Amino acid sequence: MLVNVLADLHVHTCLSPCGDLLMRPREIVEAAKHAQLSILGICDHNSAENVSAVQEAAGRDLLVLPGMEVTTVEEVHLLALFENLESALCLQEFVYSALEGTNNPERFGWQVVVDAQGEPVATVNKLLIGATSLTTSTVVKQIHRLNGLAIAAHVDRELYSLIGVLGFVPEDLALDALEVSTKANIDEVRNLIPDANRFPLVRSSDAHLSEDIGKGRTEFWVEHITFSELAKALGGREGRRAVVA
Amino acid sequence: MTLGEIAKKLGLKYLCGEAKASVPVTGGYACDLLSDVMAHTKPGDIWVTRQVHENIVAVASLKDLAGIVLVNGRQPEDKTIQKAEQEYIALLLSELPAFELVGRLYQEGVRGT
Repeated sequence: MLVNVLADLHVHTCLSPCGDLLMRPREIVEAAKHAQLSILGICDHNSAENVSAVQEAAGRDLLVLPGMEVTTVEEVHLLALFENLESALCLQEFVYSALEGTNNPERFGWQVVVDAQGEPVATVNKLLIGATSLTTSTVVKQIHRLNGLAIAAHVDRELYSLIGVLGFVPEDLALDALEVSTKANIDEVRNLIPDANRFPLVRSSDAHLSEDIGKGRTEFWVEHITFSELAKALGGREGRRAVVA
Repeated sequence: MTLGEIAKKLGLKYLCGEAKASVPVTGGYACDLLSDVMAHTKPGDIWVTRQVHENIVAVASLKDLAGIVLVNGRQPEDKTIQKAEQEYIALLLSELPAFELVGRLYQEGVRGT
């Protein structure tokens, strides 16, 4: 029997330079529960160093998917979501090797790695807000090599979106979904972006503040709350589906 | 003025589409956001950009642009050149930065769309 559960697949933590420093594991998990979410994607800019802390804070109450928001050389934001942390950390290694520059916290914000209790354990010095030297196509292929899902972030926005930057989805780009932002009107998106009818849509919050978690969300009809069920829903397989209101 | 005349005056190098040298250039546009280029260019425009993704070819084709000039000597991906050859799009390369190149184009009488 299928059940419907709510997911917010794009949430930042205090590791993202633009993320609120109060975006710590416990606060994130509490906000997610308050928003009645069952699945949460942790997608910091070009890094996955805070995923394990959020997973630990969530325990069994919430499925926390390891993810990342990768900035490609074209300055397109791509979300990667994985079943396990190891895959996300593999992608992180790949991304770090293609990411130049050092962060200036005064200017771009602090990049704090925390433990499950929210205590700072390190800061990341890499310029996470920067763009990698990896093409959009390369990043999608790498995500798939690691058995992850590749989603074009906030396609309804002009900046840092696949549609804004590249005009349309390149014909051979094997995306698993397109993400729209919290306030996007789905009918308008479908009208303005013909590609929106070729791919499943998800809506997420892209939350940088805890009060925004769950403001953008997608309803998944699945048998269990697992990554593979979510992947089936995006692929429209075995009756599973993703619904964006 | 034709694309070929502009290429000669400004020292642009053809990556492909030299056969389109006789196409008249009726205006110009400079932008790297393809959604914006699709919305605001007019047929016959010469398009100045540093975006080298293959999608630039489809945009130039869709909007019937006179040609694409890549700035800063930025070599496109091989796929971009292949597509431009297939779609019969003139793709040119300038060693100048965008600001400088647009200034030179303006000096030659090309006006913004």
